[in-house]
Amino acid sequence: MPSDPLVTQHVLEFPGGYTRSTGPVVGRFLSELRARRIVGVRTAEGRVLVPPLEYDPATGEPVTGEYVEVGPAGTVTTWNWVHEPLDGHPLDRPFAWALIKLDGADTALVHAVDPEHVKAMRTGMRVWPVWRDQPTGHITDISHFVPEVTKIVSNVRGEYRIQAGGALRVFLEGIERGVFLGGRCDRCDKVYVPYRAACPECGGVIPDTLELPDTGTITTFAINNLPDPRAPQVPFVSAYILLDGADIPMIALIGDVPAHEVRQGMRVKAVWVPESERTASMANIRWFAPTGEPDVELS
Amino acid sequence: MGNRCAVIGVGQTHYTTRRRDVSIAGLVREAALRALEDAGLTFKDIDAVVIGKAPDLFEGVMMPEAYLADALGAAGKPMMRVHTAGSVGGSTALVGASLVQGGVHDRVLVVAFEKQSESNATWALSTHLPFSSSLVVGAGGYFAPHIREYMRRSGAPGHIGTLVAVKDRLNALKNPYAHLKIPGIDQKMVESTPMLWEPIRYLETCPSSDGACAMVLSSESAVTGVPAWVHGTAMRSEPIFRAGRDMVTPQGGKDCAADVYRQAGIADPRRQIDVAETYVPFSWYEPMWLENLGFAAEGEGWKLTESGATALDGDIPWNASGGVLSSNPIGASGLIRFAEAALQVRGMAGEHQVDGARTALGHAYGGGAQFFAMWIVGREKP
Repeated sequence: MPSDPLVTQHVLEFPGGYTRSTGPVVGRFLSELRARRIVGVRTAEGRVLVPPLEYDPATGEPVTGEYVEVGPAGTVTTWNWVHEPLDGHPLDRPFAWALIKLDGADTALVHAVDPEHVKAMRTGMRVWPVWRDQPTGHITDISHFVPEVTKIVSNVRGEYRIQAGGALRVFLEGIERGVFLGGRCDRCDKVYVPYRAACPECGGVIPDTLELPDTGTITTFAINNLPDPRAPQVPFVSAYILLDGADIPMIALIGDVPAHEVRQGMRVKAVWVPESERTASMANIRWFAPTGEPDVELS
Repeated sequence: MGNRCAVIGVGQTHYTTRRRDVSIAGLVREAALRALEDAGLTFKDIDAVVIGKAPDLFEGVMMPEAYLADALGAAGKPMMRVHTAGSVGGSTALVGASLVQGGVHDRVLVVAFEKQSESNATWALSTHLPFSSSLVVGAGGYFAPHIREYMRRSGAPGHIGTLVAVKDRLNALKNPYAHLKIPGIDQKMVESTPMLWEPIRYLETCPSSDGACAMVLSSESAVTGVPAWVHGTAMRSEPIFRAGRDMVTPQGGKDCAADVYRQAGIADPRRQIDVAETYVPFSWYEPMWLENLGFAAEGEGWKLTESGATALDGDIPWNASGGVLSSNPIGASGLIRFAEAALQVRGMAGEHQVDGARTALGHAYGGGAQFFAMWIVGREKP
């Protein structure tokens, strides 16, 4: 669309900007700002005006010569939200214009508050100034206000070198070959899987490994509706599976069957990843899947 | 059992999702000061401090007992940390009691806390270590299969869990410190919430709470105010992996109950105990523990729940305070059970007071239902 030659932009700007005499009261306020202090002035009636005025708006009398340091923190007495900042606004992101009653002041100052999110803005909130790097004696020496620090983020990180212990190594090497290795306690006559070197019941040594089949029975299970990185989807079933010949169940995923068709007593068999993908890891077992045999009667 | 020991002060914070206004130190101090005020004492009157909390990974503050000594007035005094997973609150009270019963100290401050809002317990419990041979899926995922097995064995109808979820939340409405306040909660509301770890529904689980609880324990000669006397204390543990381990009704729990009942002279808990504060983080654990603790025969616990016997106006109220289902600052949850038991026999439980309570059970369990802590407190001296 051709532009209309009779529509144009016109800029009205006094070259270099107007000069303005501050007078002694506002001049003191701005000088203090440049030194990163905020002061108010006391009225004849004893109130502290922030920002200071030359004449008390309540009485029309000149203010006293007493300057009082206030803040730097204050309390938001009311505010509104600027969704789309304009040129000349103090911040280039959404922010609040707020009336801030600085500690020790009797009146509120208008300034910008950056709470990061509008949800954090509320009347009564405590805010602190963020100072500009190079103060010049201007209200913008305070860049804006931010909420009081009420929490910090503490990053705790430990890095470990993890080495599978002796018995677990034996078990996982079995898993790499596609077999479950357990062991029988000589004293208790109980078969433990994964293989462990000592019996948790009696402390007896379990000297030998015992190869167990990869079939078993679901003794009980949960249907998990919360996602887990190790499960392909939700819901997923985590089940206690008693391998044939073992005396202790292991917890594993159930697959190839809808979650709500899983039953206590159901017969299952391990589904292994292809031999070429196998490592010494439980990831070798994709999950256990129903065999189709009749359910086992649980006691 | 050693020398006599009494609870002479109880302090709790108001349990809530987030206590953003206080540090961990501020939180534990709030509970401690309330316990001291209840006992009419100050930190000066305390000989030793015992503190408990769940795993350090929950807030990421390692050895918090060292950092919290100042807040608990423990400078220059013995201070120790107890950790037995979810049962730690109970174990903390028992370690404190043992210091009095053993004649080591006259007054011991016991404190337990959790500030769950600073982290995520499910994350801390499921760190996915390499080479693990087991699929671990957080507390709910761990306990759901055992609840399912309880339902199968006992033949309990599916709504029993919802009865407990409603009952404990109604009790919570009478407890000013309780976290969850759900006016008008009923079975229909609980049933309408989603299954998280089937058979556990959302409203059949405990909340995540910030909070602390404290007690002042005293020797007989140092008692101030209204005492709750300790009649028996017991702890048991068992390995999580053991062939033939009954995860529905663990042997450790049965042995612990038998021990504490023997000390307190209790042959029939249903008749002789007036009120019980038990660790029920998932609703179905009420009928399960009713059996494990001998209040009902095996397979019969759900009938007691269904009959209303465990309600505030029943003949054996369980969790008159609203229980763990209503407030769960994990490390403190066990201590809250012990403290609420003490409040009941002191006659100081307020709106959820069980009339005439003279004997009360405090119970906590933790880990994979493998750590147990219990005490019996009474209005009369043992």
